[in-house]
Amino acid sequence: MKYVDEYRNKHLAESIVREIRRIQTRPWVIMEVCGGQTHSIVKYGIDQLLPEGIELVHGPGCPVCVTSLEMIDKAHAIARRPDVIFCSFGDMLRVPGSEGDLFAVKSQGGDVRIVYSPLDCLTIARQNPKKRVVFFAIGFETTAPANAMLVWRAKKQGLGNVSVLVSHVLVPPAIASILQSPQNRVQAFLGPGHVCAVMGYREYEPIAERFRVPIVITGFEPIDLLQGVLMTVRQLEEGRAVVENEYARVLAREGNRAAQKLIFNVFEIADRKWRGVGSIPKSGYRLRYEFREHDAERLFEVASIDTQEPSICISGQILKGIRKPHHCPAFGTECTPQHPLGATMVSAEGACAAYYAYGRHLVNAEAV
Amino acid sequence: MARVRFGGIVRQACLEYVPDAAPGDYVLVHVGFAISRVDAEEAARTYAVLEELDQLTELNAPEITP
Repeated sequence: MKYVDEYRNKHLAESIVREIRRIQTRPWVIMEVCGGQTHSIVKYGIDQLLPEGIELVHGPGCPVCVTSLEMIDKAHAIARRPDVIFCSFGDMLRVPGSEGDLFAVKSQGGDVRIVYSPLDCLTIARQNPKKRVVFFAIGFETTAPANAMLVWRAKKQGLGNVSVLVSHVLVPPAIASILQSPQNRVQAFLGPGHVCAVMGYREYEPIAERFRVPIVITGFEPIDLLQGVLMTVRQLEEGRAVVENEYARVLAREGNRAAQKLIFNVFEIADRKWRGVGSIPKSGYRLRYEFREHDAERLFEVASIDTQEPSICISGQILKGIRKPHHCPAFGTECTPQHPLGATMVSAEGACAAYYAYGRHLVNAEAV
Repeated sequence: MARVRFGGIVRQACLEYVPDAAPGDYVLVHVGFAISRVDAEEAARTYAVLEELDQLTELNAPEITP
């Protein structure tokens, strides 16, 4: 397929790796922020292709993984109601809450449905006027235009039986939070290509300047990722720290203005709790007051929830780039994609699930 | 709404955020929404630069003496 095959060219990949090796004089730690990049890196073994001393650590960019346990438990409580059709992206269904997952809710009689697009909820709501259709609106900035359009159209079309449970998260505050941590090892970032396709990358410029870190907005194919690493290492070696765009075929500095406009019509910035990380100020979206009639958190009284995380799971440290999946004693034994203990083992974008899918637990078991 | 081919699968996608998109264009689709139109010239230019790098590195490779 065009724009895919040429970005998987093996010969070109080898020459980019040679160029990285040629310019590198010392070890560097680089974080890829986005879960889609993590998956690609592990799938193609990009981290293993890189010269020794260039370490890739995996960031908090898996939306399914960072949705807070409180929010998951709220979703389960709403989905259990007999008057509700609960709609979600597929990978949220296996995320463990304090008690089971959405598949368990479904097997106990809850009407839980997987949708391809948030807009599918409008059709479902029209076909089921006596039911309340609730969409689990999670995700990073990439998903916000779709979720905003659902709310916008529900209000415009007078569909009072559509609401959204919003748990949106934002990348720049998460990057700043990682850089402020005393345990931080990250010296540069591969920025999230699809998030920036929506938002552009102006808001990354003050971060690069303030923390003196190179940020290279990067795509998802092997050549993109290697080229992103090369551009990052070049900046590190030259002592520069600016935002550069590797993914220019998809995005420009301003991002998608039409999408941004609708996002800010529907959402406003709010503090958000991240699973495994904790609360980060101004790191999420919530619905604006004008859309309160479509706000599932307001519509459904959910009693205060007592959350419980498995004590063995280290997904919080993995999401912050402090540890890697194979450092966890449960990885690949007690915790597998079939029986995940933590969210990073659930989604294909989670570091643990990616390591498991591509057999890293076998390699590391031998290395230990 | 438009029909978008993903490799072999055809699905509907909302084009409201990429009003300039025309039939035959490549778009980036996320959860049923096109969020960006792939810039063909930029893609070609980037790739040409990358290929150039490829050649330059070949030139930089140490000469192997028999």
